[in-house]
Amino acid sequence: MDSMSETLPDEHPTPHLDVTMHEAPASDAAPATMVFRTKDLAVYYGGFRAVRDVDLDIRKNEITAFIGPSGCGKSTVIRCFDRMNDLIDGARVEGQVLYHGVDLYGPDVDPVEVRRRIGMVFQKPNPFPKSIYDNLAFGPRVNGIKKRSELDAIVERSLKRAALWDEVKDRLKESAMGLSGGQQQRLCIARCVAVEPEVILMDEPCSALDPIATARIEELMQEIKLEYTIVIVTHNMQQAARVSDRTAFYTTELNPDGDRRTGRLVEFNPTAKIFSNPDDERTEQYVTGRFG
Amino acid sequence: MALTTVDQTGGVPARSLTESLTSGKSDVKGRVLEAILLGALLCSLGVLLVLVIDLLKRSWGIWTERPLDFLTSGTNISNAAEAGVWQGIKGTIMLCVVVAIVAIPLGTACAVYLEEYAGRSRFARWTRINVRNLAGVPSIVYGILGLAIFVKAMDSITQGRTVFAGGLALSALVLPIVVITASEALRAVPRSIREGALGVGATEWETVRHHVLPAAAPGILTGTVLALSRAAGEAAPILLVGAVTGLLRTGNQSFWEQLTGPFTAMPVVIFSYARQTGEAFREVTAAAALVLLVVIILINSVAIWLRNRYERKW
Amino acid sequence: MAVAAPAGAGAIVLRTATGRRRRDRTMRWVFRLAALMTFAVTITIILTLAVDAWEFFSKVDKSVLWGQIGWFPRRGFFDLPTLIVGTFIVTAIAMVVAIPLGLGAAIYLSEYAQPRVRRILKPVLEVLAGVPSVVLAFFAIAFINPNIVRRFFERADVFNLAAAGLAVGVLSIPIIASVSEDALRAVPMSLREASYGLGARRASTAFRVVFPAAISGIIAALVLGVSRAVGEVMVVAIAAGAVGGALFHFDPLLPGQTMTAAMAALGFGSDQVAGDNLAFQSLYFLGALLFLMTLLLNFVADRLVARVREEY
Repeated sequence: MDSMSETLPDEHPTPHLDVTMHEAPASDAAPATMVFRTKDLAVYYGGFRAVRDVDLDIRKNEITAFIGPSGCGKSTVIRCFDRMNDLIDGARVEGQVLYHGVDLYGPDVDPVEVRRRIGMVFQKPNPFPKSIYDNLAFGPRVNGIKKRSELDAIVERSLKRAALWDEVKDRLKESAMGLSGGQQQRLCIARCVAVEPEVILMDEPCSALDPIATARIEELMQEIKLEYTIVIVTHNMQQAARVSDRTAFYTTELNPDGDRRTGRLVEFNPTAKIFSNPDDERTEQYVTGRFG
Repeated sequence: MALTTVDQTGGVPARSLTESLTSGKSDVKGRVLEAILLGALLCSLGVLLVLVIDLLKRSWGIWTERPLDFLTSGTNISNAAEAGVWQGIKGTIMLCVVVAIVAIPLGTACAVYLEEYAGRSRFARWTRINVRNLAGVPSIVYGILGLAIFVKAMDSITQGRTVFAGGLALSALVLPIVVITASEALRAVPRSIREGALGVGATEWETVRHHVLPAAAPGILTGTVLALSRAAGEAAPILLVGAVTGLLRTGNQSFWEQLTGPFTAMPVVIFSYARQTGEAFREVTAAAALVLLVVIILINSVAIWLRNRYERKW
Repeated sequence: MAVAAPAGAGAIVLRTATGRRRRDRTMRWVFRLAALMTFAVTITIILTLAVDAWEFFSKVDKSVLWGQIGWFPRRGFFDLPTLIVGTFIVTAIAMVVAIPLGLGAAIYLSEYAQPRVRRILKPVLEVLAGVPSVVLAFFAIAFINPNIVRRFFERADVFNLAAAGLAVGVLSIPIIASVSEDALRAVPMSLREASYGLGARRASTAFRVVFPAAISGIIAALVLGVSRAVGEVMVVAIAAGAVGGALFHFDPLLPGQTMTAAMAALGFGSDQVAGDNLAFQSLYFLGALLFLMTLLLNFVADRLVARVREEY
């Protein structure tokens, strides 16, 4: 159970991380289904290359964490998975992002359907300025579900999955803006869940929340990972160590002309390995707090 | 400006500390300047006050003797005692309806395109430049547009010098106002709302329709009201289009016939009366001017109140 | 869910329901069309003016455009200097009124007024912007002329350029005030704090620090005010007099015509003519001139405002 013991060779000093490590998945035994695979992914904003050389895969029903210093491109990469970068003027993606083998940036792909299957929770909770019920019903409604009874069922199911039902079941008609920050973020997760996605992307979902709300969301993530695949960007290393199965570490590099920094993927491994015995020296420096 | 006076004997301020700290209280020059600036502001507002009072004084007779009759009589440029503004009121309302039907949806749709779809494309940039230019074009040029196009060229549709043609000319005039205010209202809606909607797999149109437009509605409404009040006050464009400056013989015309026949409006009525000589017509003109002024001030105040009330703090 | 496809089972098709996609595409075209309509308006204006203005310009005997006794379109005298001088006099008088009052109000609202005062008085200024020009035109002949102009200058005519100029000035106050106030408020608080921190008083800060920092925006405000004054029609049509044409002169106390007043007379006033003759086409010619002038003025103001936005 205690994965610390199997990753503590005597030659390396123990990293100073006071966390309980997540159990390493028995992944290498059975081939897990691959949900995403990126090949030579790079993202440009105008002429500026924000991140490069991203090769990784995301497995089904796992929680994958992206960590790294600011500007390293972790948010940029995660936004490629649901084509949210399309919203930014001048953003361009090179390389491939394969979702079950289908290139997400292919010519026949409709970003609208992409975003239904691959949901996103944002850094700052962004509920619609409507009732709690309408927040959750919006997604199903635009996907063709009009019957009141069906919508009611979906709303209840989604709120239960997001561990919010008991708190709001008596005030579904009230405005979502009246909820606390933590509740709003769980509402956003419920809103995601309501359209039955396969993947839930989370871009620093807890950075605007207090520690108690954060803990509840982390708890929630562990529960729902059984049904969904989760990718989380976090600047909080302990959080990554707590919740994720595998972790990708990004960093920035100075450009040859020396004026700007481009992000890149450095290492992608099981979380336990990243935090105790990483392959790359830069990873080790980051997780032990020597920089970043 | 000397801040302290330095003693010749070597750097020690000649005035006592207390003195220099408290002398600011009697800054005469500054106060006078402040009074002058305040005076400028008050003068500007004062003109409005003088205007209203003068009009009221001049038209007092009408308001005390025959207010209702005045509001319901037709335009009469031969007999001041029977002159009224009813045709002007009707005409202005009809013109405003045409403007509301044409300019508001068109202008809002243009603003939606600029803010939601086109972003920073070259087309968007040129459209914005174009709209800003149109906003500065004098109203009489829109009158020429109205005459040449809406009256003459589009004769078969508008039936010539009608409320349609006048309304279309005014719509062109206020279109830039609608686009600019609607753009500002749409821009004020935070991006996170759009991201939230798109993030659950909504199309752009669904996002605009269910989330962005409702959120921007108060601002768009304010712009609508301001545009209508501007349209209500313009005279030159509709005069060029052929608004009637004398009595409109509507007789027993049906509503449709009135829509497709000669027309007039409040500003034109005021213009007609202003051109007549004699003290009696001064009274009538002042009364008509007061009616239009009060209505427009009321409409503008509603718009400003709406804007202040619904200025949401996201 | 109506459009869910089993994940990982066979080939994934990432498409939305056809109806939704079609609606989205249709609405996009609707909005695009609306944006194109604004260009339609501009192009139509330009074509309408250009065609007839050119016809006028080519048909007219160029000698009557200059050095004539005055502007009498029905008699074939199209003396442009008459109108240009008239426009200039009215605009100049208008600016003498509007600039001090407008700028003064703006500086007070931006630098001196307490938030509560500003919240009440600024909307009133915006209401002033809505006063219809016909109403002010009547005010010019009924009040301004007898009580102000003729009280100081007894020889002033019943209709004159000065009364019109004053009224146009009142109409221009709101735009000068609001654009310069925006420019002044755009100056960051940190500049004022730096000035106060050095011990400067409010007046010095306002005039020596904030005002120069906002100068582009303020000039833009003045240019827009001039543009407004140049384009004003009804006030000059009613109050400046000059029925049936105007003589060339420089006297503000006499009746006169501006470009816009001449257009008004041709369009619905004393010079109204039927048919496609030279007199009527001069309306388009003046329209084209006016359009170009205000286009230039507004372009300059636009560039200045853009510069202010860049700086801050």
